[in-house]
Amino acid sequence: MAATKIINMDYGAGKPTDKRAIDAMIPYMNRMYGNPSSLHSMGQEAKNALHQARKQVSELINAERAETIIFTSSATESNNLAIKGTVNRNKDRGTKIVTSSVEHMSVVNPIKYLTTKGFESAFVPVNSYGEIDLNTLEKELNERTILVTVVFANGEIGTIEPIKEISKIVHEKNAILHVDATAAAGQIPIDVQDLGIDLMTLSSNDMYGPKGVGALYVKDGLRIEPLIHGGGQEKGLRSGTENIPGIVGFGKAAEIAKQEMQVHQQKLTKLRDRFIEGLLGQLPYTFLNGHPTKRLPDNVSVRYSFIEGESMLLSLEMSGVLVSSGSACASKTLEPSHVLLATGLKHEEAHGSIMFTLGRDSKIEDIEYVIGLMPTIINRLRDMSPLTPKEIKNVLR
Amino acid sequence: MYSDKVMENFKNPKNTGEIPDADGVGTVGNPVCGDMMTMYIKVKDDRIADIKFKTFGCGAAIATSSMTTEMAKGKTLEEALKISRQDVATELNGLPPVKMHCSNLAADALHAAIKDYYQKQQASKEVKK
Repeated sequence: MAATKIINMDYGAGKPTDKRAIDAMIPYMNRMYGNPSSLHSMGQEAKNALHQARKQVSELINAERAETIIFTSSATESNNLAIKGTVNRNKDRGTKIVTSSVEHMSVVNPIKYLTTKGFESAFVPVNSYGEIDLNTLEKELNERTILVTVVFANGEIGTIEPIKEISKIVHEKNAILHVDATAAAGQIPIDVQDLGIDLMTLSSNDMYGPKGVGALYVKDGLRIEPLIHGGGQEKGLRSGTENIPGIVGFGKAAEIAKQEMQVHQQKLTKLRDRFIEGLLGQLPYTFLNGHPTKRLPDNVSVRYSFIEGESMLLSLEMSGVLVSSGSACASKTLEPSHVLLATGLKHEEAHGSIMFTLGRDSKIEDIEYVIGLMPTIINRLRDMSPLTPKEIKNVLR
Repeated sequence: MYSDKVMENFKNPKNTGEIPDADGVGTVGNPVCGDMMTMYIKVKDDRIADIKFKTFGCGAAIATSSMTTEMAKGKTLEEALKISRQDVATELNGLPPVKMHCSNLAADALHAAIKDYYQKQQASKEVKK
């Protein structure tokens, strides 16, 4: 069972930095190491690079101006800045934060923290595909609601949320809309002006930029409070000397993502659909997590009844395939993914989930190889499981 | 994350399956928690003559099941009852801390199977009386 070659199908967890982004970064680590706050030529050089990157990121999402982009250290920081910065600025207007039940922990935990500081929260449920229930969202919005924060597309199950409809509902009630576009940005077109987004989180590595950089889009004219106070960089919203090489790499990655989006989107969607079709048609008691079509191009999340995700993950790794699992056993907590549970799955169903996330380098041969591996892996584990019904075993033979 | 010995027991688990005419059967865990196992034993002259398991769970759950059956095979019931979760983990060159409680249930399943055997023996003695 010695693995010959590694096939990464866990790009959602980490992506390589595009070579063109690396090339753009290097000069800012050796020759052009100035501080953008310096008035001399070396500082101005860095300042220009910073502006260029801001422009590149703003153009990816069709923001009004480059200055709407605030660079941070990560999508997690951007989510924290958006949520805490908005509610702290607006606490005289109200104390309620509305979100969904399929958010990333960097949205869930800041909100939980804020509820210990006098804010109230509401987690709007989703349907079995993971789509936010708009009727409940509307009901949760009242005169106290200051912020609604929702994910653009969930990275675990891939479901794309109806952002335009959500924006309409939120703005009718005069609340502010923050969207976490970490997994979506760079993969699918996003136009913040057309969709009516007030704040939006972006991640560099998720679009093949370097790790350690994120951004928050803050709509022109919208005022929020900073998390980090100091020298007043990033319009006072994020003090600290800017990570110029990282930001330059992020800018280049955003530019590439915009230029090549259509090509990658089409290619990945094709691979994704073949993968899903291959897996679902293969073995009984196999199900797709998330929406079949309103779905990120890179995401294939499936579940197999009667077996557990980590043992699938380990079995695939024995054949050189790297994946991620929605089961408790592969995580730090003992609970399965809250996102899978929110779609209505029972604990034992969620435990049987496995997530493949494709990347720009993924090939059809890799997909076919993994499809070919699954029956042996699944049948072996089902054979060992006390939950597998006898009649299924006969089918498997 | 896992020791080589855990991986070896996960890849090639020993004694998987059922014993249809088992003398004792023990089930512990719960699919809701992500781990559940059933242990089947065949007893001869107060010793575990044969043992098999079925497990739903993670790599550690499968590896500890396999290791427990190997450790219990041929032992007297009294000796087998002394096999602890810690003994199984030690024999596997350790388990990640998070797995010690949630997935290391195989020794409990073995004990449950032995107790089931004792109860059945008790019941059949009473019938004979």
